[in-house]
Amino acid sequence: MAATEHAQGGINAHPMEQFTIRPLFGDEVGLFTITNSTLWMFIAILAATALLVLPTRNGALVPTRMQLVAEGIYGFVRKMVDDTLGPEGRPFFPYIFTLFVFILMSNVLGLLPWSFTTTSHIAVTGVLALAVFISVTAIGFARHGLHFISLFWVSSAPTVALRCVLFVIEFISYFVRPLSHSVRLAGNMMAGHAVLKVFAAFVPAMGIAGIIPIGAMTGIYALELLVACVQAYIFTILTCVYLNDALHMH
Amino acid sequence: MGLFLAAAQAASTAGHGAEAAHGAEAAASGLPQLATHTYASQIFWLAVAVAVMYLIFSRVALPRIAGLMEERRDAVEDDLDRAAELRRKAEDAQKAYEAALAEARAEAQKIAEQTRAEIQKQVDEAMAKADAEIAARTAEGEKRIAEIRASALEAVEAVAADVAAEIVAAILPAAADAERVKAAVAAKLKG
Repeated sequence: MAATEHAQGGINAHPMEQFTIRPLFGDEVGLFTITNSTLWMFIAILAATALLVLPTRNGALVPTRMQLVAEGIYGFVRKMVDDTLGPEGRPFFPYIFTLFVFILMSNVLGLLPWSFTTTSHIAVTGVLALAVFISVTAIGFARHGLHFISLFWVSSAPTVALRCVLFVIEFISYFVRPLSHSVRLAGNMMAGHAVLKVFAAFVPAMGIAGIIPIGAMTGIYALELLVACVQAYIFTILTCVYLNDALHMH
Repeated sequence: MGLFLAAAQAASTAGHGAEAAHGAEAAASGLPQLATHTYASQIFWLAVAVAVMYLIFSRVALPRIAGLMEERRDAVEDDLDRAAELRRKAEDAQKAYEAALAEARAEAQKIAEQTRAEIQKQVDEAMAKADAEIAARTAEGEKRIAEIRASALEAVEAVAADVAAEIVAAILPAAADAERVKAAVAAKLKG
């Protein structure tokens, strides 16, 4: 499909090409191969360090601007964890914070031209979501034993038959969680970037009227910036909500 | 989401074939997200990256930021406490000032009262003294008046006796007895 368009010299759109994983050295992609995805994951770490570690180094009592940003992010996640999990969520705070900052950095850095969005890959978001799912389930059973199964038993339903039906539904929805959790993030990232790429392909094809898709792209880009932040927030708040099920049941 | 699902559907058939015919082809022809030969690398480096980030955050960034915010809260609380103490001190000073003022006022009142009483006493004394002097002088005057009156009466008596004796001698020379006339005049005057 892409090859034929290329040959025609018409709209040169390869909206999915930007997601290709390429090894930085060599051709084969093995377990330890450093790829563009690896590079951008570590750029995310550097950016997070620059944002959260460097400005707080001197620790002024009256914060500097960047220190205020770092403290703002900290306070934001802290409040989210405290509000959803209460004091029992404290031990999980560092991991939830890491999750939020990693996803936020990946999403936002992915919006830079020529960059790579690591969170647009289902392999990445899937592992993150599965890690949450597995640890939440393990914490649930560790805390409540087999009683954790009663999470699926809706005792407020009027009849036993209905409860059985709801049990099946709740059970399935519980196991669908990691899927929706990961696909939501990867899908949002991928869709936004693909749309931007499609619009970008219109620009050279339309000549002087290409100003129209450029205007549209500007709007979409702003929207994507919002989506990048909101999806990081959603992934994190859902992690908190799932963890809350395991800690406090219903 | 819709785009992703549509793309996933389109790529899923291609992806299956590509898996058998090796990964590089799959990435080129289908959805890069479904190029399973890249999963191992992605997942491995994701684990490394998240672990590194977790270590940086849990060891450095989070304790530091938490410490900073704690420190600031403490500093603000300290300042507020100090402000409250200063305010309390100011209030104490105000109270002490008011107490001193009231005391001074009371003292002034007392002194004024004392002075007034003293002056009153002096006035009273002077008045009493003057009264006594006046009384003494009055008494003396009255005594002198009484003396003058008495001497006047005596003189009147003597004159009366003399006049009576002259009259008696002139009218009745025989009966002229100086002593008896005098006694009669004295009796008449007394009566």
